[in-house]
Amino acid sequence: MLRVIVRRLLQLVVTLIALSALIFVWLRNLPGGPVEALLGERATPERRALLIKALGYDQPILVQYGKFMQRVITGDLGNSIRSGDPVTDVIARAFPATIELAVAAMIIAVGLGVPLGYLAARYRGRLLDNLTIAGTLLGISIPIFFLGYLLKDVLTQDIHWFPPSGRISTGMDNTTVTGFYVLDGLLTREFDASADALWHLILPAVTLATIPLAVIVRITRASVLDVLNEDYVRTAEAKGLRHRTIRGRHILRNALLPVVTTIGLQTGALLSGAVLTEKVYNWGGLGTLITDSISGGRDYPVLQAIILLAALVFVLVNLLVDLSYAFIDPRVRVR
Amino acid sequence: MSDPTTRPGVGKPRTGDTPTDQPAEGPAADGQPGQPGENPTGQPGDSPAQRRERSIGRLGDRKRARLDELARATADPGGVSLYRDALRRLRRNPVAIVGAVIVGLFVLVAIFAPLIAPHDPVQRFDELTRDLTVDSIPGATAGHPFGSDPLGRDFFSRMIHGSRQTLFVGVLATLIGLTLGVLLGAVAGAFGGWVDVVLMRLTDVMLALPSLLLAITLVAMASRSSQWTVIFAVAIVSVPIFARLLRGSMLAQRESDHVLAARALGVKERNIVLRHMLPNSLTAVIVQATLTFAVAILDAAALSFLGLGDPDINRAEWGLMLGVDGQRYFEVRPELAYYPALAIIVVALGFTLLGEAMREAIDPKNRR
Repeated sequence: MLRVIVRRLLQLVVTLIALSALIFVWLRNLPGGPVEALLGERATPERRALLIKALGYDQPILVQYGKFMQRVITGDLGNSIRSGDPVTDVIARAFPATIELAVAAMIIAVGLGVPLGYLAARYRGRLLDNLTIAGTLLGISIPIFFLGYLLKDVLTQDIHWFPPSGRISTGMDNTTVTGFYVLDGLLTREFDASADALWHLILPAVTLATIPLAVIVRITRASVLDVLNEDYVRTAEAKGLRHRTIRGRHILRNALLPVVTTIGLQTGALLSGAVLTEKVYNWGGLGTLITDSISGGRDYPVLQAIILLAALVFVLVNLLVDLSYAFIDPRVRVR
Repeated sequence: MSDPTTRPGVGKPRTGDTPTDQPAEGPAADGQPGQPGENPTGQPGDSPAQRRERSIGRLGDRKRARLDELARATADPGGVSLYRDALRRLRRNPVAIVGAVIVGLFVLVAIFAPLIAPHDPVQRFDELTRDLTVDSIPGATAGHPFGSDPLGRDFFSRMIHGSRQTLFVGVLATLIGLTLGVLLGAVAGAFGGWVDVVLMRLTDVMLALPSLLLAITLVAMASRSSQWTVIFAVAIVSVPIFARLLRGSMLAQRESDHVLAARALGVKERNIVLRHMLPNSLTAVIVQATLTFAVAILDAAALSFLGLGDPDINRAEWGLMLGVDGQRYFEVRPELAYYPALAIIVVALGFTLLGEAMREAIDPKNRR
């Protein structure tokens, strides 16, 4: 087991290094690259040459990359072109917001998706099943930013159930500990802040959960249908086991494997969707940061860091998912 | 598990099976192809006796299938009967018909857009611009059933012409992604060895980034966005998916009977790859392409929404209309968002339905 983990981690590192190298080389060789972004298009050749030298862009690309990696390892990702702040600070400010949103969305997607998928499979061909299927199809066909605007329009403008944007009400005097506002409120016993943050969180989380929810429902349903036909389920029924036991131990547990894989893969959908959802609700996380870093002149150091961070999170989650197979299903020998 | 033929549902092809043994399947697989996700064999309501009967019937079928398959592999490398069979299954599936009708209508509207649309999509009309202000965009009037867009152009004509541009973006993105992906996958699957390792590592790198983020990264790398950066970015996202799909399918076929048969008959290796392995793998690719189309137009809309889309203000494309004007004027005139959004949803739904029905038709086990 340990050897497997070590090998997978090494693979992961290789993938990430390759990705970083690709991005590094690309970003430096394209028109409108970092120098242009810093100086603008009308800079004099002299100033440009000076900056190129100062940034070390006159050196061979391999040397540049080596220096870059050296700095990355020591935790220095450079400074943001737009604000001048260290990239690590800029990202650290935005990261908790996105994670809070993504985790909330995942809780909704899994919490609703698995039971719904199970019920749809149990009552296959009935009204509930057909409605569920239709819902999931709609869920994957709707542009989620449009859904976000719709929900926002109806639930915050027409009836004021939820706040239209932001993570917390202005004027809420909350103490920041971890940056996860809901958690912070609990830690500092400012329960009103927690409640307020949660209230702001619901609508964006529901919007973001749409696609993962739809996918999880469909996979769960298909997986449960497969398991329902297995011999051991029939055997369990024939033995007269209680339905609850069959459902929990025989059906759900065996149907879980594809579902868990899907949950891992849906982290990607969450990270992608967060960019859109954050823009709709003015959330101020990594998604907002990435759009701002592109549209307000290309802020390459920030972009590069976010991309690598997103890849790291995505790959790590999927590694954890793969490793969790061994615990969920003893038949799986991790190779 | 030791003897796979004693398991129920053995008529369902396992992942390694070639699609070619479909036609000889028992009637259970052909029955009631209604619901997506429906499991074709061994319905839970079946009595054990029915099940046993079916599984015994299968054993004979199975042998016959193998023989049929061998015969077909040697005589008919293109696998025509597979397509004919899949088509028959498709025609009986209401889901497929709904999907096909939507897709067909969409393509027809796109082709005949200039004939259907009453006006030029880029022409500004005096009667529309006259009433145009920052917080009021004229709704339906005589001659302009959907009213105006923010620049005083006929919104209905832009919606009709939008089908063209949307089809263009979707088809091109899908085709580019498919071509590159198939090329990568075929090379990896055909050569194996270190070529395979290197190419699959490359797809790993691409898959390490969530799809929209990869598209955003690609757009950010271009100095300025255009329709082509959007198409290219959306296309690249699907490359690793096509590549992995084709490679997996080709690796599975390497071990399959029809390739073995061809090899035994002395068919050249190159022809085995080109005429036996590739055509049989392409079905899965075509299905994936249908599904990719839906994703492509949704991703293109998302890029427009993020301000990374096509900057051409004259272009009428649904994703662009929804992502730019729809977003900006949502409070003023929500129809500017509703109509393109509805069009995108319906078309994406159509392609998804058709794609999933095709997948079912080809592989009844794979019903999700």
